[in-house]
Amino acid sequence: MNPDFSGADAWIDLASAVFMVAGALLSLGAAIGLLRFPDLMSRMHAATKPQVLGLFLLLAAIGLQMRSWWVWPVLVVAWIFQLLTVPVSAHMVGRAGYRTKHLHRELLAADELEAVVQKAAAEAALTDNRDDGENRQ
Amino acid sequence: MMPVVLAVTAVIFSLAAGGAIIRIARGPSLLDRVLAADVLLAILGGALCVDMAVNRHLNNLMLVVAISIIGFIGSVTVARFVADRRVNPHES
Repeated sequence: MNPDFSGADAWIDLASAVFMVAGALLSLGAAIGLLRFPDLMSRMHAATKPQVLGLFLLLAAIGLQMRSWWVWPVLVVAWIFQLLTVPVSAHMVGRAGYRTKHLHRELLAADELEAVVQKAAAEAALTDNRDDGENRQ
Repeated sequence: MMPVVLAVTAVIFSLAAGGAIIRIARGPSLLDRVLAADVLLAILGGALCVDMAVNRHLNNLMLVVAISIIGFIGSVTVARFVADRRVNPHES
């Protein structure tokens, strides 16, 4: 319980311990955010914390504890694939949440999707009218 | 130092998993539940990482890599097929 901090080993242990506790606290932060935030968009903000930074800290803790170099490429692969796949699911969930109106509009600072949606709806209505006109003639 | 770290992280991960499960149970919408299930999966992967780091083995490393590669498919599938069947869409 009273480690000798003269060697490098104890410092590496301390760093990995700090990483592990910090990664676990990010998971707890995500859970608290899921419970406390009011709508889907803000809950999505909280949910990404353990998926990216939390996983990074815990994988770094593994790499420090194993004391070997060959394990680092595997850890980097795990983290890079997490970075590549998390935005895909966040994009799909966010679009589905917007489409099904699971959001509080008064909490939004900017809504860049609304203009796109209205433009697409106007174009669809225009083509519909043109098709109707051609059918009638 | 390591047993203390293991105990502390076990308590924190248990609380976090409990919070995610409460959000899964409470909803209110399907997408909230999917998001909370994603967080629960991340918490599970984090717990596997802590177990590997504390006990200095790599038995679960391939499981963590597999979770990070294919873990998003579930939420993408559900989000693709979700539909709004509520009468009043602003009740959540």
